[in-house]
Amino acid sequence: MNNILVLPMLFPIIVGVVLIFLRTYGRIQAWISIASMALTAGISFYLLHTVQTDGIIRLDFGGWEPPFGILFVADSFSILLVLTSSIVTAICLSYALISTSKELQTMYFYPTVLFLAAGVNGSFLTGDLFNLFVCFEVMLLSSYVLLTLGNSKRQLREAIKYVSINIVSSWFFLVALAFLYGTVGTLNMAHVAERVAEVGQTPLLTTISIVFLVVFSLKAGLLLYFWLPGSYSSPQIVTSALFGALLTKVGIYALFRIFSLIFYHQPEITHTIIGIMAALTLIGGSLGAIAFNDIRSIAAYNVVIAVGFMLVGLAIATPAAIEGSIYYLIHDMVAKALLFLLVGTMITLSGTSKMAGMSGLMKNYPLLGWSFFITMLSLAGIPPLSGFIGKVLISSAAIDNGSYVLLTLALLSSILVLYSLLRIFKNCFWGETIVSKEEQLPLRRGVLLPCLALVVLTIGIGLGTEGLSLYVMDAAETLLNPDMYIDAVLGTIQ
Amino acid sequence: MNINDVILKTVSKAVVLIILTFGIYLFLSGHNQPGGGFIGGLVIASAFVLMFLSYDSETVSDALPIDFKKLSAFGVLLAMASGIAPMFFGGAFLAQSFGYFDLPIFGKTELATVTIFEAGIALTVIGVVVNIILSISEDE
Amino acid sequence: MESLIIILVGVLTTVAIYLVLSKNVVRVILGTAILSHAVHLLILSMGGLKVGTVPLLGEEAEVYVDALPQALILTAIVISFAVTAFILVLAYRAYQELGTDNLGAMRGSDDE
Repeated sequence: MNNILVLPMLFPIIVGVVLIFLRTYGRIQAWISIASMALTAGISFYLLHTVQTDGIIRLDFGGWEPPFGILFVADSFSILLVLTSSIVTAICLSYALISTSKELQTMYFYPTVLFLAAGVNGSFLTGDLFNLFVCFEVMLLSSYVLLTLGNSKRQLREAIKYVSINIVSSWFFLVALAFLYGTVGTLNMAHVAERVAEVGQTPLLTTISIVFLVVFSLKAGLLLYFWLPGSYSSPQIVTSALFGALLTKVGIYALFRIFSLIFYHQPEITHTIIGIMAALTLIGGSLGAIAFNDIRSIAAYNVVIAVGFMLVGLAIATPAAIEGSIYYLIHDMVAKALLFLLVGTMITLSGTSKMAGMSGLMKNYPLLGWSFFITMLSLAGIPPLSGFIGKVLISSAAIDNGSYVLLTLALLSSILVLYSLLRIFKNCFWGETIVSKEEQLPLRRGVLLPCLALVVLTIGIGLGTEGLSLYVMDAAETLLNPDMYIDAVLGTIQ
Repeated sequence: MNINDVILKTVSKAVVLIILTFGIYLFLSGHNQPGGGFIGGLVIASAFVLMFLSYDSETVSDALPIDFKKLSAFGVLLAMASGIAPMFFGGAFLAQSFGYFDLPIFGKTELATVTIFEAGIALTVIGVVVNIILSISEDE
Repeated sequence: MESLIIILVGVLTTVAIYLVLSKNVVRVILGTAILSHAVHLLILSMGGLKVGTVPLLGEEAEVYVDALPQALILTAIVISFAVTAFILVLAYRAYQELGTDNLGAMRGSDDE
């Protein structure tokens, strides 16, 4: 029995429920939730090693053997993402402990973040398409609550848009599930993959795959990202850091899983469409990132660019490209959380989110400035930081594959990422210091510690790529050989 | 606003009992027939909502000192606990078992662990539904 | 029978989309509720509509119905119930704060 596999989802839920009883104790809640996410990260690290030695592991809920029951499946890809998301959540929670006001801490903030983490981890681990829908909804419901915490007018306005768009995309998800069930008669991912491989990917199945593509693109912000900048730039700092780091990544994970495990028989249709959507996402995101003067909007458009970049890897779908995308996915979780935390700190310090209202922050807050500098280099893909290896692998795969348009757009978008962030760096950190030394807001003690932890992480991933490569190569191999996954789920009964 | 709602109050006194009984019946019959924790919980919650509607919320809160937020949290914990318990006996997460017992009055009865899970769900549903209604109605 | 249900699903979806596209928040919420009912019917008809008994071994019947779509729908109903409840509270709060239930008037500027 691999009951430990359910813990990354179950553990945050239980701790979250217990925290509801501790509503009035803000700081205790924070420490407990940080500890529980750290423990979750530890469990996922152990699972990662188990997967390396024992191969893909699975847990059948209630002892119902696949394809009849719901199950959790862990391969290197999903466990790597669970590990990263748990670490990032723990760090964001510690930022919340230091920075957030007491009122917010007692408004069920921590339980909701834990439920969000549970939904995210569950989506990564599940081996059943309907269960994926349920985990998505757990994650989305928590994100609705987090988005509205604080109750400002702008948040309420954005929340209505965000909730409506997600209801519609969940509806499409159910429609796609209904058609898939009507066609192949099962919803277990491995079983669906097997049946699709048996009957061949008929035009009907390809159409269903396009409906899935629409659903996950809406969640991931692939081309259908119009809702993203507004809702990612209105909530609390910690919340937007969590959103930027985790939410779109779940959609991207689902795209990778579905189009490498189930619908990979007609790449000339599906993967071409993904490629076109990725290209348009890169263009739109880049335009947004350089057009805005609001630093939170710039950060939100950077999320969009990264989504496009990762999906370029899926569109090319060679081993090197997939590997690059996995590296970039891990890097982006860390770097986007860091970017949003730093931008949020800047807004707290200067009281405005407009670039024109900030100047010369470097003099008063040098540590903040240099952290931002490193984040910028990491996002632009400068070695030896974590963004480098993903960009190199995807670019070289694009050259080998002859996808020069995607290559050009990917590299151009990297330059524009650098430009957009450099603009923030130049305008906000350099220039004349508006606020004198006496009038400056003191940086709350320890508020930069979580950011520094993330900076260390992004440097660490960059320098330790060698150590990570073992896991990433295994993850890419599993993604490109669906039979390994199918065998692990439907093969010998444990 | 002072509506003469004596009919509503009198009727709801009787009806609440009937609804509660029906809710518990649905909850228990869910094992082999239509029903179950969710539906039973919804029906029981509707009885509470009817009480809150016909009497004002202070009166009902005094008579029923239950924190419905904590009730739903307790429900989730109960459901989770019933899922975790088999993990300590070598079973899979959420595995269920049942057995036949000789009880004093009922005679030979089938008892199943799934009832604990369903009870957790029922409590969660009651807590959440009443909570939603209260949070909308409280701030005028 | 399936065709009839599919047509009904189409009608419901049409109604729902008409409501979702209106400017009143409450109408939008009603639209999303009807939208979810439409897809629940779709899932039900995708499992095949026929008269039969529950798929238990002891029943020994000629025809069994597929239980999975019903389980899926129950889960989907619970989720759409939770989401609808949330968006109702959200719309109420937004009405209190912003003083309008018209989506066009809710636009506002980003400078607040």
